[in-house]
Amino acid sequence: MGVEGIGARVVRKEDKRFITGKGRYVDDIKLTGMTHAYFIRSSHAHAKVKGIDSSAALKMPGVVAVLTGKQLVDDKVGNLICGWAITSKDGSPMKMGAWPAMAPETVRFVGQAVAVVIAESKNLARDAAEAVVVDYEELPAVADIQAAIKSGAPQLHPEAPGNQVYDWVLGDEGAVSSAFSKAANVVKLDVTNNRLAPNAMEPRAAIADYDAAEEHFTLYTTSQNPHVARLVLSAFYNIAPEHKLRVIAPDVGGGFGSKIFIYPEEMVALWASKKVGRPVKWTGDRTEAFLTDAHGRDHVTHAEMAFDANNKITGLRVKTYANFGAYMSLFSSSVPTYLYATLLSGQYNIPAIHAEVIGVYTNTTPVDAYRGAGRPEASYLIERLMETAARQLKVDPAQLRRTNFITQFPHQTPVIMAYDTGDFNASLDAAMKAIDYAGFPARKAHAKSQGKLRGIGVSCYIEACGIAPSKAVGSLGAGVGLWESAEVRVNPVGTIEILTGSHSHGQGHETTFCQLVAERLGVPISQVSIVHGDTDKVQFGMGTYGSRSAAVGLTAILKAMEKMESKAKKIAAHALEASEADIVIENGEFKVTGTDKAIALPMVALAAYTAHNLPEGMEPGLKESAFYDPTNFTFPAGAYICELEVDPGTGKTSFVNFVAADDFGRLINPMIVEGQVHGGLVQGIGQALLEHAIYDANGQPVTASFMDYAMPRADDVPSFNLSHTTTLCPGNPLGIKGCGEAGAIGASAAVINAITDAIDKNNLEMPATPDRVWRTIHAA
Amino acid sequence: MYQTTYHRASSVDEAVSLFGKSSEAKFLAGGQTLLPVMKQRLASPSDVIDLGKIKELQGVELSGDTLTIKAATTYYDIMTNADVKKAIPAIAYLTSVLGDPAVRYRGTIGGSIANNDPAADFPAALLALGATVKTNKRSIAAEDFFQGLFSTALEDGEIITAVSFPVPAKAGYEKMRHPASRFALTGVFVAQTKSGEVRVAATGASQSGVMRVPAIEAALKANWSPSAIDSVSISASGLLADIHGTAEYRANLVKVMAQRAVAAAS
Repeated sequence: MGVEGIGARVVRKEDKRFITGKGRYVDDIKLTGMTHAYFIRSSHAHAKVKGIDSSAALKMPGVVAVLTGKQLVDDKVGNLICGWAITSKDGSPMKMGAWPAMAPETVRFVGQAVAVVIAESKNLARDAAEAVVVDYEELPAVADIQAAIKSGAPQLHPEAPGNQVYDWVLGDEGAVSSAFSKAANVVKLDVTNNRLAPNAMEPRAAIADYDAAEEHFTLYTTSQNPHVARLVLSAFYNIAPEHKLRVIAPDVGGGFGSKIFIYPEEMVALWASKKVGRPVKWTGDRTEAFLTDAHGRDHVTHAEMAFDANNKITGLRVKTYANFGAYMSLFSSSVPTYLYATLLSGQYNIPAIHAEVIGVYTNTTPVDAYRGAGRPEASYLIERLMETAARQLKVDPAQLRRTNFITQFPHQTPVIMAYDTGDFNASLDAAMKAIDYAGFPARKAHAKSQGKLRGIGVSCYIEACGIAPSKAVGSLGAGVGLWESAEVRVNPVGTIEILTGSHSHGQGHETTFCQLVAERLGVPISQVSIVHGDTDKVQFGMGTYGSRSAAVGLTAILKAMEKMESKAKKIAAHALEASEADIVIENGEFKVTGTDKAIALPMVALAAYTAHNLPEGMEPGLKESAFYDPTNFTFPAGAYICELEVDPGTGKTSFVNFVAADDFGRLINPMIVEGQVHGGLVQGIGQALLEHAIYDANGQPVTASFMDYAMPRADDVPSFNLSHTTTLCPGNPLGIKGCGEAGAIGASAAVINAITDAIDKNNLEMPATPDRVWRTIHAA
Repeated sequence: MYQTTYHRASSVDEAVSLFGKSSEAKFLAGGQTLLPVMKQRLASPSDVIDLGKIKELQGVELSGDTLTIKAATTYYDIMTNADVKKAIPAIAYLTSVLGDPAVRYRGTIGGSIANNDPAADFPAALLALGATVKTNKRSIAAEDFFQGLFSTALEDGEIITAVSFPVPAKAGYEKMRHPASRFALTGVFVAQTKSGEVRVAATGASQSGVMRVPAIEAALKANWSPSAIDSVSISASGLLADIHGTAEYRANLVKVMAQRAVAAAS
């Protein structure tokens, strides 16, 4: 590796503009004649909209228009779609209610928009919004999964009787029953996976600009995948055909999944821009983020695991209720099914698995993918089960895991996934060594003498990333392919632009993607720029989520690089009067191997563009593109061990140590990888100890601000001890597995396993707040 | 935020005069409560009169056995003040765990007690130490000043100028921080006066705001030690309950925080 090549800890190129306040986010963009939108949102969880009187608002200063859901539906703007079709066990398709971008007749969650005011400033729009009178007829509401599936519960959508979206199954029920009938021991566990609000630092925002002369729209939006946004807006929402719609996602301040989806606000902004004939800007505030950004998790699960007399797992049975909120968001249906149940084998040899997942509507904010998306729920369940089993079977939890680890690869699980490679013992070894697992009993005894309850918790996670082979996901119901595209442009002066369909919103692509170019060509990364986030610039792309940008996006860049290098070598060989097979690329030069004959990259590029002396029949230019479709998922895995103390007087948890040994395959930039792991671990710890999006029984949100919703702060988390045990992914040429979600997937079980070890009580739900831990300690 | 008119007063007299000329004015100190509430459009004062730059409201004085903190002194300035650390280190500590750094650089003692949030830290210190609130009109004993949730003895347009604390023999403060807001989920301030009186005040616990805890005072009067509180029973009746803490949990915290405050007292 060079100083800026693969594996180098290169300082992030993009940080100069972020740290100096020069980032350019959607809200920083101001267009001539721009108006501002303010949405009128339901304060009821469930109500009929009987009428909207905007007469007073329309007379207020600076008001351009007040537009309602009825007008939107009359103009035939399409309903929001869910892009992954799930089939219930009885063969019926999932049952979905319609979701118009503004509600014309019925609101089903607090925060759902019914109308929008367009005005000369945001404040004037907000003033006028207060003068719009919405006549609601309140309906009974239900927010809790268990309450929603009871007979007699308030019904959300006539299309989904009993509030049930689907009842989906995976695995061989007969084989599982047989395993349980022969089991020496059965371990049972009920767990809730708490609902989370994503809280990206930058709230969502959109600016829509309609050009009547060209009948063309431009949308600036906070998106993780601008091309997918354009595709969906064009194909399903009747906004504009693709060539008449440009989507730009400039600097985006964090997404964590919540900015994958196409939301009502950008649809309304586009439609309104055409209606009022001026650009329309909407920037959400934090309250709107809590109310309308798609939430994550929210499962209730009962699971049973069967063991033989040698403590080998023989079967797993899982029944999960997943809360979807009031509407089916873009990828929501896939999260508790193909992104969850397919990972229920964990790191273990489990011959038979059966999972049943029941999707449920409630009068709450829609739920969709949030960092990890289904895999944290699976990993948390399996790792709580393993810890519970170890306690019940009276064996060391690490040893029980080793007894059941998959050690032969490839490994076909009973739940679709075929793990390609890994070394789970190596990760666990590294983590146990780092935390001095053997010395724990002595430390626990010492802590006890100081009046503290000390615990240790293990979590061995696996996830499926690098989503995904298009054919495979297509066969499972996905509405899109999940390849990635790239274009490499070598300019006539030898500088390089990489156009990628991946989108960077915190991941550091502008640095890591350049490192691949530096590695292959030996040029400094200052000569390379990354172009992304604009459908008019970049050919196409599926965007960034599911830890896919390195495994899939960077591989697409590699494929385009290979094509470009092949052509450049031909030009160099022609110029040097050598054989193409003898050309090697070193330090920015094309050399004839074994000689001192060389030509620098800029001269090759110039030759390509002057075209005065190219090989016979060669086209001018030096620009290549590639589409890469992976052949399998990638399988990052690792072992996390958490050691902590609980204060019995207050129930407060204090970390002693947190070690993470991850296998991400090849690392491009270890510093950026560490940052990704730190962030993921903090989100996992946040779920375990602090975060919970709560609704009361009537569907009113209780935690709609940072005064009540506890986000993790720096002093809530420990300094992390990270290491890597690498097995290269055989599925892509760079051997990359992905690192973006691992921390959030593995951390929460390690924390809860450690607390339940410390307090010697196994039943504890997340978030393990001091109050909840104290009550658990002192429960009879 | 609704339209409002901002004034920066240069003296207390000017602030009072501006207040008298306005229809619905609010005094602004550090703005750590007022400004977020205004941004959410939950308050719409016609005028905002900023007291933060008034010189006579700034600073700390230690005179004999009295520590006086002027009303517009920020938490950060209190926390780092040598006289505060010398005379009543428990106040310096309380201020160091109040909110977060951004709050501590802006928030003021006067703003805190005028707002009298039931989970604010400073009301517990004033009540336990038997402090006196000085205003532009009068002196008010802490006991009489705090009158329930967000309610004080202040009259319309009355401005707090300073708080005077008698220097105690010993004092300590411990709090369980609210995990989201960093207010006190429950905080307890214990003080032993130089005449031997014991006063204990809890914040974040009662539905009626900051409160004395007579049972713990009696136990500590008999024996100033954490173990003296072991046998005290605190009733959960009348205590706050929310998603971050049940009333029973807060009752437990009153006791545990009192024990730890005694252990930390100096």
